Amino acid sequence: MGFFLETVIGGLMSGMLYSLVALGFVLIFKASGVFNFAQGAMVLFAALAMARFAEWVPLWTGLQGKLAANLVAFVLAMALMVVVAWLVERLVLGKLVNQEGVTLLMATLGIAYFLDGFGQTLFGSDIYRIDVGLPKEPMFLLESVFEGGVLVGKEDLYAAGIAAALVAALSAFFQFTATGRALRAVADDHQAAQSIGIPLNRIWVVVWSVAGFAALVAGIIWGSKLGVQFSLSLVALKALPVVILGGLTSVPGAIIGGLIIGVGEKLSEVFIGPLLGGGIEIWFGYVLVLFVLLIRPQGLFGERHIDRV
Amino acid sequence: MARSIGEVILSVEGISLSFGGVRALADISFDVREHEIRAIIGPNGAGKSSMLNVINGVYVPQQGRVTLRGRTFSHMEPHEVALAGIARTFQSLALFKGMSVLDNIMTGRNLRMKSGLLAQALRLGPAKREEIEHRRFCEQIIDFLGIQAHRKVPVGRLPYGLQKRVDLGRALAMEPSILLLDEPMAGMNTEEKQDMCRFIFDVNDEFGTTIVLIEHDMGVVMDISDRVVVLDYGRKIGDGPPDVVRTDEEVIRAYLGTSH
Repeated sequence: MGFFLETVIGGLMSGMLYSLVALGFVLIFKASGVFNFAQGAMVLFAALAMARFAEWVPLWTGLQGKLAANLVAFVLAMALMVVVAWLVERLVLGKLVNQEGVTLLMATLGIAYFLDGFGQTLFGSDIYRIDVGLPKEPMFLLESVFEGGVLVGKEDLYAAGIAAALVAALSAFFQFTATGRALRAVADDHQAAQSIGIPLNRIWVVVWSVAGFAALVAGIIWGSKLGVQFSLSLVALKALPVVILGGLTSVPGAIIGGLIIGVGEKLSEVFIGPLLGGGIEIWFGYVLVLFVLLIRPQGLFGERHIDRV
Repeated sequence: MARSIGEVILSVEGISLSFGGVRALADISFDVREHEIRAIIGPNGAGKSSMLNVINGVYVPQQGRVTLRGRTFSHMEPHEVALAGIARTFQSLALFKGMSVLDNIMTGRNLRMKSGLLAQALRLGPAKREEIEHRRFCEQIIDFLGIQAHRKVPVGRLPYGLQKRVDLGRALAMEPSILLLDEPMAGMNTEEKQDMCRFIFDVNDEFGTTIVLIEHDMGVVMDISDRVVVLDYGRKIGDGPPDVVRTDEEVIRAYLGTSH
């Protein structure tokens, strides 16, 4: 029982990390109707910026102390993500107003490759460390109930807390603010949104910046766990089934989808894995999504799309 | 009619617009007076919607200019046009389908919301009051259009005629001084057309909103508009009160004679 719980908790924690990446997808889709293939590249880019700025800032300014260096690096990396958002609007999306979704999708594919390459040109292509002082040591819970207790990584706990806070803030933003309503409006119809006075270009910069922020947070947490390296951009592949499962338009869906896939992966790996020879973790999410799509094409929490014929 | 028609509020001069080799509009000029109902009519492909899109800022004309309340500009961004008090509806509906009727209409109030993001997200006092105030205004529009029962329904689920009303409602929520209507009666049955006519009339009468109306249906237009512009293949072939236009020979030949 203790082992089972440990597996579930481990799954929940890694699921929370998938959710963080998935959140970036959902944000951009919800607010502009674009499925942003560049989200993974943005995570890598943001993490690279964070890792390298944290290294460079003390050299440039002689700043002492890890916390101060990290803070400055965070601000710089965020500023960089805003610049990226602005450039994306200026050079790519702004030219594609009122175009088909597929056109925009292909454009984000281009952005993904560009960011992958440009990030490494700018910041180097080695493996870098992000150390924001997340505690590494594991802790044991419920030692009185089970023999040996349940092992939980503290780092994972912090990550889950941060992700939860982010989600709460974003949900409130979308539901209750006029800007949130404007973002949803833009996603539904560009032309109509313009006609009621919503400036498309500014909205796009805002939403890509927010998605950049989500990417930065995800990049820092993943980066401090695994190190910053090219494979970080592939976490997007892990987040893909999560967004589809949760529904592309739902912020809570991204979180719950992440948790389901995280737990499902770990449980199937541990309990079904030995029967099939292992390696289930890699494809589990996709197979699960396939079944969900058969029953609910809009995902678990997505808005049902109704078209009149 | 008891309404008092005012000064010229909007005028277009020498507008020419082409897409590649296709001439959509050739040297079009006309003006719109305050409080009037001004119709633009013409057969399919005459350039009516293009004209509206030029005023609305969606298309940039190759030549010509638009003057709004004495301010002349060759191009304005669509959201700037909205800021200047011009609202529009769409021929092929462009509603926010996933959002409820109320939310759709509330988006029309977006420009008028002043409180900060944080205050709105946390529903702090002033932001909440502001939201309630705008909500009250939108409820009035919902009452006016007779769609109370559908408030919370996602717009995509409503029948066509009602979606058209929501489209109008969203434009009205902006409290525009000029309202551009792109074929508001297209695809409607007789009863729905009469309802829509009444709404347009009431808006014009009660709020004094100037209305520029594109319509395909001659009968409707002649009944409700003060002055009519007739377009044919991108050229202006008639301009004047309905009675005058109705008897104009070129108009009869181009429009009435052939396509109806």
